[in-house]
Amino acid sequence: MGQTRAVGLPRWVVVPAALGALFVLLPLVAIVAQVDWSNFWGLITSESSRTALWLSLRTSTASTVVCVLIGVPMALVLARTSFPGQGVVRSVVLLPLVLPPVVGGLALLYTFGKRGLIGQSIEVVGTTVAFSTIAVVMAQVFVALPFLVVSLEGALRTGGERYEVVAASLGAGPTTVFLRVTLPLAMPGLVSGAVLAFARSLGEFGATVTFAGSKEGVTRTLPLEIYLQRETDPDAAIALALVLVVVAVLVIGLARQGRSAL
Amino acid sequence: MTLSFTATVTDRDVEVSFDVADGETVALLGPNGAGKSTVLSVVAGLLRPDAGRVELAGRTLLSTGGYADQARVDVAPHRRRVALLAQEPLLFPHLTVLDNVAFGPRSAGVARAEARSRAQEWLDEVGIGELADRRPGQLSGGQAQRAAVARALAAEPDLLLLDEPMAALDVAVTPALRQTLRRVLAERTCVVVTHDVLDALLLADRVLVLEGGRVVEAGPTREVLTRPRSAFAARLAGLNLVVGAWHDGALVLDDGTTLAGLVAGESPVDGEPVVAVFRPTAVAVYRSAPHGSPRNVVPATVTQVEPLGDLVRVRAGDLNADVTAPAAAELELVPGVEVFFSVKATEVDVYPA
Amino acid sequence: MLGRMTRRLLPYLALLLLAPALVACGGDDDDTTVTVYAAASLKKTFEQLASDFEADHDGVTVELVFGGSSDLVSQIQNGAEADVFASADTANMDKLTADDLQGQDPQDFATNTLQIAVPPDNPADVSSLQDLADPALDLVLCAPDVPCGAAAQGVAEAAGLTLDPDSEEQSVTDVLGKITSGQGDAGLVYVTDVLAAGDDVMGVEFPESADVVNTYPITTVEDSDESDLAQEFVELVLSDSGQKVLTDAGFGAP
Repeated sequence: MGQTRAVGLPRWVVVPAALGALFVLLPLVAIVAQVDWSNFWGLITSESSRTALWLSLRTSTASTVVCVLIGVPMALVLARTSFPGQGVVRSVVLLPLVLPPVVGGLALLYTFGKRGLIGQSIEVVGTTVAFSTIAVVMAQVFVALPFLVVSLEGALRTGGERYEVVAASLGAGPTTVFLRVTLPLAMPGLVSGAVLAFARSLGEFGATVTFAGSKEGVTRTLPLEIYLQRETDPDAAIALALVLVVVAVLVIGLARQGRSAL
Repeated sequence: MTLSFTATVTDRDVEVSFDVADGETVALLGPNGAGKSTVLSVVAGLLRPDAGRVELAGRTLLSTGGYADQARVDVAPHRRRVALLAQEPLLFPHLTVLDNVAFGPRSAGVARAEARSRAQEWLDEVGIGELADRRPGQLSGGQAQRAAVARALAAEPDLLLLDEPMAALDVAVTPALRQTLRRVLAERTCVVVTHDVLDALLLADRVLVLEGGRVVEAGPTREVLTRPRSAFAARLAGLNLVVGAWHDGALVLDDGTTLAGLVAGESPVDGEPVVAVFRPTAVAVYRSAPHGSPRNVVPATVTQVEPLGDLVRVRAGDLNADVTAPAAAELELVPGVEVFFSVKATEVDVYPA
Repeated sequence: MLGRMTRRLLPYLALLLLAPALVACGGDDDDTTVTVYAAASLKKTFEQLASDFEADHDGVTVELVFGGSSDLVSQIQNGAEADVFASADTANMDKLTADDLQGQDPQDFATNTLQIAVPPDNPADVSSLQDLADPALDLVLCAPDVPCGAAAQGVAEAAGLTLDPDSEEQSVTDVLGKITSGQGDAGLVYVTDVLAAGDDVMGVEFPESADVVNTYPITTVEDSDESDLAQEFVELVLSDSGQKVLTDAGFGAP
């Protein structure tokens, strides 16, 4: 089989491209090199590590589900409608992408916290999100949602409306069109958006520590555990960091497989 | 299933009004930007006109009000019972061919098994029944468009809109699909947008010629295509249209030139007016009369030479010939030159006028 | 091919390696600089002491680097150019001496005890250590892994109490953040932290705090380029005037 030739690719771009790849790869190699392999298994299977990993997986899954449930309608509205101020709305929705997570955490704190804007009303109902696993999921949703919305909106826009028009002309109502045409066609975008959201939730630290606190089994996710372990047991922190890297690589790898299978 | 249409779309400068009788197929001809797509969009409910009224099978699909006793009406596209067949088949890539065709019935609430059996019937009807289990990606362009036809028909629409249904297809597969369309559209209320006079001739009972957002000509297809004034319609597609009378198995022009061709349908009787249609690309140009050839030869005087993509279009009165640029240069084709247009009988279609 | 590639890459790699050094060299060369690594809880006092020191030493700049004691130790262990290290606890100072990175034997220069921090309006009406055991209370402590958390555990054990915090934070700052925002009803932090936080939190003293006294040691760092000045800075901290700055901020005498 013949090989196609890249046109318009100056040879020198390979150098900065390779440097960029190295810049990302080397720190990962450094982590692997730093791991205390003789005790690795013991470090990552300790009670607190397993608790933190399990909590991270649960909360990230929950936040991904929430992101899909509210992100899909958001992406649809952004991609398929036009209304005054849409540009502003889109910018605001995407804000958490560029905001430091700590700022997000503070914002959540002063909204849903015990003395927050609507936190007080929530408390009247007899519940509080303070120091609860729900707070962790909220923090994760806050930072992960834009990833899903951006990815899906892009897919919806690229796909265009042509198939929807045909479906409607065949007598399918808007909900049928959405479920049987729009959603299946945008599935690759939705999957990659959900994977990004999951990965971002898994790595979420700043907003969680600011908003949710840190309590084993309740709010101390893997990144918080790593940060804490660093204080007393750097070896454990490194081992857990590697676990997080491996989980992230697995998730992204699986999603790529899933996408190419679609 | 009568369609009655009146609409004004100000920013596209379109102001069109026409009716389609029950079971009638109307072709919309016209250059790009003439407003054909705008008309289809309004009928399908994708575009709301500034003023207008669309009625189909006794239902008001759209009314912008302003008429004596009319309230504003704008029926959603999926409730109009108007199916759209576009230039590209747009089969849903994630469904099998069968499920694509079953989509309409399923949306109408028909049970899955029943919808699939109806879909299979429609696929058989358009001649691709054996491809039911394939994915759209595994079909050729012609097969995919047949599936799209089946899908549109399976939705049992009151009105079928065809938007240049064969424009994106390989020329090799269009005649067969055209015959299929001619058969399945026969008794249906239909609007066909086309660039191709052959589509109009074979599919449509009536023709509307649109130009600059207005209907500039309307009438029964043959009438529009055979009247000289209607050379406009032929020129849209560049087809050569020759009108004459049928004598001894050939078309005879007023000047005595004869054209042999293939007759579509029953053979005309002697003296009956007929029209011969052939493509400019089928015409060969000679400086001296070719001898010993079974071709039709028509003497002509070049009136105009213009580039047309890779080719050069040589005009001689109402006739056009498309030749390659080197050939045009070698023959020194300039206005005023006497030439002979030659076309094989097998390239000429003859229709009763 | 590989060799050619490597040679092409070399200038870039060299640039990458040199960049931090270039940045580090970018400072003012005329001035003599003493770099002091100090626990975050010492921020206010050491800023005061540094300006006092600069006033007494013409042309000398004191560069202060604040952070968690364990972070600072690991930075010094990894070659950070510190002249003085002031730790918030003896454990982290022990890490330094274990690597023989001290310029002299560490000396204790301050102590700190815990206080209960509550929002200014004290919504849970906390008045004693025992009140913190109320399960309805939203209690925020430092994690046992960090010094303030270990101290909190210490006072609780000494008082025979089991505290069940709603959150175990990474640092004093995080604990105070939860109290000032009203998210938490009470927390255990150092006296100095309560003082430094001003009106945003209220401190509640409790007698059991005397059971766990946190000691701050200080030392010069081995291989310091300015070992004399570093020594003088340590002496300032231990001097009467230095001690006054510390006690004013709530620290106890060593």
